[in-house]
Amino acid sequence: MTYAFRAEGLTKRFGTTQALDSIELAAEHGTVLGVLGPNGAGKTTAVRILATLLQADSGRAQVNGYDVTRDAAKVRRSIGLTGQYASVDEDLTGTQNLVLIGQLLNLRSAAARARAAELLEWFDLTDAAGRMAKTYSGGMRRRLDLAASLVGRPAVVFLDEPTTGLDPAKREDMWGVVRQLVDDGSTVLLTTQYLDEADALADEISVIDHGRVIAHDTPDGLKRVIGGQRIRVRPSDLGRLDEVRAILGQIAGASPEESARHQLTVPVDDESALAATVDRLTESGISVTELSFHLPSLDEVFMSLTGRPTETTKEAA
Amino acid sequence: MTATAVHPTESTQPTSRAGELTDEGSTLRHAIALAKRSLIKTWRTPEALVDVTLQPVIFILMFTYIFGGAIAGGSQHEYLQFLLPGVLGQTVAMAGIALGVNLNTDIEKGVFDRFRSLPISRSAPLVGAVLADVVRYLILFVMCLGTGLIVGFHVGTNPLAVLAALGISVAFALCFCWISVWVGMIARTSGAVQGIMFLLVLPLSFVSNAFVPTATMPSWLAQVADVNPISHLVGTVRGLMVGGPVASNLLWTLGWMAVLLLVFVPLALRAYRRRA
Ligand SMILES: Nc1ncnc2c1ncn2[C@@H]1O[C@H](COP(=O)(O)OP(=O)(O)O)[C@@H](O)[C@H]1O
Ligand SMILES: [Mg+2]
Repeated sequence: MTYAFRAEGLTKRFGTTQALDSIELAAEHGTVLGVLGPNGAGKTTAVRILATLLQADSGRAQVNGYDVTRDAAKVRRSIGLTGQYASVDEDLTGTQNLVLIGQLLNLRSAAARARAAELLEWFDLTDAAGRMAKTYSGGMRRRLDLAASLVGRPAVVFLDEPTTGLDPAKREDMWGVVRQLVDDGSTVLLTTQYLDEADALADEISVIDHGRVIAHDTPDGLKRVIGGQRIRVRPSDLGRLDEVRAILGQIAGASPEESARHQLTVPVDDESALAATVDRLTESGISVTELSFHLPSLDEVFMSLTGRPTETTKEAA
Repeated sequence: MTATAVHPTESTQPTSRAGELTDEGSTLRHAIALAKRSLIKTWRTPEALVDVTLQPVIFILMFTYIFGGAIAGGSQHEYLQFLLPGVLGQTVAMAGIALGVNLNTDIEKGVFDRFRSLPISRSAPLVGAVLADVVRYLILFVMCLGTGLIVGFHVGTNPLAVLAALGISVAFALCFCWISVWVGMIARTSGAVQGIMFLLVLPLSFVSNAFVPTATMPSWLAQVADVNPISHLVGTVRGLMVGGPVASNLLWTLGWMAVLLLVFVPLALRAYRRRA
């Protein structure tokens, strides 16, 4: 089996923080690996080591067949990196940003300009091409940053939380880009804090926490462990909470969990449960302030896998 | 964003493609491309040029008219002849500060992460930024000389010597600025770069022959001033623009330039590589 990238036993410590604790990540050519984890899990550190920006304390990593330390130059020829924070040059226009990257990748001027125009068009930035990047919205900057990482048609693309902070429509756009990259033969490492994103895009998902992989599976395999879709209901009249609990219990065959905000959540097998829930609530004349059908949140994933919430929610609580 | 397949289909093969140049001489080419980036930024924020435009003008006027009378026993014109190369030397040293500040800002903003993930030589971004600074030093020289001529400085030599003064000033500036590049790599914030560099450059430029003859200083201080690289640059420029011997100062200046490069280029490159 040949991997497009593979990290074995990577360890990295910053002072007293063990950012990576013998992490294993790998993806075959032409696939998407989703790396799912809360803030501080070590996602960015892992990406930076794979992208040759940072040296691991121990362990090995290969990208496109090249060792990230010994063959860093060849690795850099094979990759595109879109960091968590956009690294576009704000004083340059969209076109100037991309042409510069093209020139640094040894494209002739004409080829660099053509490639820039092509990418700007793809990312819907043609109208803004001549404007300085500092006038761009957050979403536009993200897109320009992503475009910049694709100038050299990289074999392996690292996307570090590409949709964090984007509104839902922009997220879907970004998902389309990732699918297109894979269609064109690239391998993608995508870090995210959202299970639904990993589920939508990844062939395999590594769930990481404290610098270790705590679960690795296909999206379906992972959902078998943590439960798939969930239904969540909050009745307008909290007096009817018990009735809702009974209805959900019957439909799902499991007893719902109640949150502090009196939301009742229950895992269900498939979408038909949603219609059934709506029907039963209507029949009983129960109106709701919230009714949702969703994949588990990161917190719920961590609850299922580790029996405890993520660090970030503990701090927030 | 439309997901039409504009993205390449032939894609991903690392072999040479149409429109691609060979690796030959690529470091210089990359450095020039990156220098162009710096120049575009300068062009967009002309206020960042005050240290090479307004500053020398103000220094020349201030020193000539405020201190000139006292220092040169009443002859402001005589003092101007002495002062102009001095202000040039001081502002050359100060003009390098902005470079370290800008590089530090670029790193903090993550712009350099992109460069570091590209298959270019590690030194290219630093060399590119230094190359772009040539333009600032040229402006600086023209501003100094222009202001001087307007308020009564007169060249005691010939145009060729003035050109030589320009050449040595810019070349010295390009060597001296690597101190700033290095500090820009090791300091945590751009404010710190500015602070550290001021602490270094201000004493260095005053403990020199830039504003007063070193013979008027206590002897221990004069000894320091006499080896100061800025003194030798100023001495060389005086010789070339006002008249007088040049050779010894020129040799000292060239020697200092070599030392600055040999010490601070490796330091800066190493600090750059280490900075995550
Ligand atoms: N340069 C650094 N210096 C000190 N600590 C760091 C540094 N980079 C990351 N860390 C720490 O390492 C851990 C992992 O960080 P990171 O890889 O950024 O996580 P994630 O991207 O998953 O949010 C965190 O605890 C973070 O505070
Ligand atoms: Mg991160």
